[in-house]
Amino acid sequence: MLAFTIRRLGQSAFVLVVMAFIVFVGVYAIGDPIELLINPQADAVERARATAALGLDKSLAEQFMSFLAGALRGDLGRSFVFNVPALQLILDRLPATLELAGAAMVIAVVLGIPLGLIAGLKPDSAIGRAIMAGSILGFSLPTFWVGLVLIMVFSVHFGWLPPNGRGETTLLLGVPVSFLTIDGLRHLAMPALNLAVFKLSLLVRLTRAGTREALLQDYVKFARAKGLPARRVIGVHVLKNILIPIVTVIGLELGSVIAFAVVTESIFAWPGTGKLLIDSINQLDRPVVVAYLLVIVTIFIVINFVVDLLYSLLDPRVRIGQAAAAH
Amino acid sequence: MLRILRLAAAALVAFAVPLATAKDREVSIGLQSPVTSMDPHYHNLSPNNSLLLHVYEPLILRDANMKLKPGLAVSWRAIDDLTWEFKLRRNVKFHDGTPFTAEDVVATYKRVPNVPNSPSSYATFVKPIVDTKVVDPYTIIFKTASPHVLLPSDLAAVYIVPKAVAEKATTEDFNSGKAAIGTGPYKLGEFVHNTRIVLKANYGYWGGEEPWDKLTFKILSNSAARVAALLSGDVQMIETVPTSDIAKIAADKSFNVADKVSNRVIYVHLNQWNDKSAPFVTAKDGSPLGKNPFRDARVRKALSIAINRDAIADRIMERRAIPAAQLLADSFYGTSRKLKPAKYDPEGAKKLLAEAGYPNGFAITIHGPNNRYINDDKIAQAIAQFYSRIGIQAKVETLPSSVYFNKATAGDFGYMLLGWGTESGEQGSAMRSLLATRDLDKGMGVNNRGRYSNPTFDKQLTDALYTMDDKKREGLLQLAAETVMGDTGLIPIHFEVSTWATAKGYKYTPRTDQYTLAMDLKPAK
Repeated sequence: MLAFTIRRLGQSAFVLVVMAFIVFVGVYAIGDPIELLINPQADAVERARATAALGLDKSLAEQFMSFLAGALRGDLGRSFVFNVPALQLILDRLPATLELAGAAMVIAVVLGIPLGLIAGLKPDSAIGRAIMAGSILGFSLPTFWVGLVLIMVFSVHFGWLPPNGRGETTLLLGVPVSFLTIDGLRHLAMPALNLAVFKLSLLVRLTRAGTREALLQDYVKFARAKGLPARRVIGVHVLKNILIPIVTVIGLELGSVIAFAVVTESIFAWPGTGKLLIDSINQLDRPVVVAYLLVIVTIFIVINFVVDLLYSLLDPRVRIGQAAAAH
Repeated sequence: MLRILRLAAAALVAFAVPLATAKDREVSIGLQSPVTSMDPHYHNLSPNNSLLLHVYEPLILRDANMKLKPGLAVSWRAIDDLTWEFKLRRNVKFHDGTPFTAEDVVATYKRVPNVPNSPSSYATFVKPIVDTKVVDPYTIIFKTASPHVLLPSDLAAVYIVPKAVAEKATTEDFNSGKAAIGTGPYKLGEFVHNTRIVLKANYGYWGGEEPWDKLTFKILSNSAARVAALLSGDVQMIETVPTSDIAKIAADKSFNVADKVSNRVIYVHLNQWNDKSAPFVTAKDGSPLGKNPFRDARVRKALSIAINRDAIADRIMERRAIPAAQLLADSFYGTSRKLKPAKYDPEGAKKLLAEAGYPNGFAITIHGPNNRYINDDKIAQAIAQFYSRIGIQAKVETLPSSVYFNKATAGDFGYMLLGWGTESGEQGSAMRSLLATRDLDKGMGVNNRGRYSNPTFDKQLTDALYTMDDKKREGLLQLAAETVMGDTGLIPIHFEVSTWATAKGYKYTPRTDQYTLAMDLKPAK
């Protein structure tokens, strides 16, 4: 376990440095941020001053080295646009994104797994077919469109839910969260649902396929023959065995929901990191883009680590050491 | 079971309470562009200048048509070519209660060039001042090294903060609200990066009380989200209504649309960097032409009259654009009434091309941004179609602005679609930046991406820029404009019309400088 953790940490540090380098060079190649930041009416002197102030007059290698030196001290640079430490800008917004992603995953899991089970157990019934048809819709409708329809129906037409922004927040263990207030929940409902639709459909299909396959296995037949109640057969023998691929997918999807909730965040003007990322890319605000992707890579690494741990809990045959060797 | 049902119903009702209707003296406004800082001297950008004007004020303000009017200064005059005297307003107090005097002006102008990490500073505006003399607390004299007629216009861009703030405060202090102290009609309540700005009324404002106690500006960059926020009553006003929604909103009795021609012209620069060739300009079979056709005034004129500006304004812009003949609309200072938008004349264009030695046309690529100006990519497409009618083969390539502007500045494109908002509100500064022969030391042609050069025009423009008398200068500017537009130094397409939509019960008086000001929003009687 300890050896595994140390090896994992080493790999992670390497991934982070490579990642930082690629993003750094990538954003540098797109163009010069001064062109976008500076007021077009500025003269040549002012242009030169701004370039120097942001350190953009140095060579790429110099800029990257000074970034690395800062990163080792925990300083990922200051945003060109906002003149605020990039990491702080991201961490200020991360709770909103984590909350949105968490709510979406809860909706997807709480609805998706039971619905998938039902569809898997009764594939030919009307309800089973309805669930599958619904999941196809959920897959194919673009998030952008679903979000606008939600706003049009629930905000503009009925006037029940606010169309944008995050509601009132309260502090939970020092982190501002909005799901503990009514106002917060009303703001959270639509974006979370919008973000959940795709993951929900994915989980329904995954669970259904797993269930149908497991039902044909000998151990399920044996459990039934033994006379175990249906609840126990499904709840323990079927569900536990199909959970490994589901947990893997949930882990991966959680990462992508956190990192790339861009569309939902822009439609609902949710003050999260996805919107920050897309704005920063458009403005070539390199410190923010680099810091953001480093934070996200870290999150992915942590999630993968947790998923590996979960495997061993779900399936006693999987040992952590082996899991690592298999990677 | 019944109890559970009842509880659920109660929860549902609590959850579904309709949006609290905005209180009478509170108003929310949906903005398109983020405000990057509350520091008035950090980032010189229109969205910042617009919002910060609620909190801070310059010596000189601008009216809805960008004409100068007294702000913290009640009057100003040039004593001689190099000396300006400003009389300041008495009985003005900053939000923290300290009285406003000449010392605050001096300290502010001293801070302006020294804001760390500023990505676009205001230093250009105070740089002409080489010496300042405080005569008494309400009289101040500025000396410039050379005649600088635009000084009042420049100083209209610099917002005044108290001396104590100017000497010590950092950009963070302004953002946190600690140092956000001005003389404006509103005080800062809360500033959340890229999300919202809350302002509260400054009841002791020298200009009289405003109709609102509290303003909330929400950053809604996504245009569909902005419209939805207005329709659902979440905000009472939005700026920049998307073209496709204007007709629908204008037809709805619950909303009003206000519009006004802006100070932004959409135009084309033609690459004239060298005599031999221009990028992406070839014969139709792809072989080089041997010379740069854009250096020929006849070709430039042909390319201008081949564009049907009325069609673009009507169909693509839904009539929210005005065909352009120069760099600013007729209502602005320094524009010539003699210049009229080029008449659509494909036959004439063909004739001109033949005269210039291109009877069969040639091939170009039209480059433009696709997320910077209103319908920029569609305009590029339309122009390409007009050119096919005069035998010019035009491809279109549009790019995101983060890629586009760097390349345009570097001279990588032959035919470039661009836009320019003249913040000074007078045509001299626009011509100086876009059309004067490039000379960075003199600040001429800084944004002349086409490298157009015409000595006659340069002379006329320079004469105008050094003439102190306003009437005489306007005449000289008009002359220069007639010269350069007659030579098709660039191809003006149209002026963008800015749009705002308000909910019923609110009335907005639109402005030409694209600013969205709550001071211009009143309850409708």
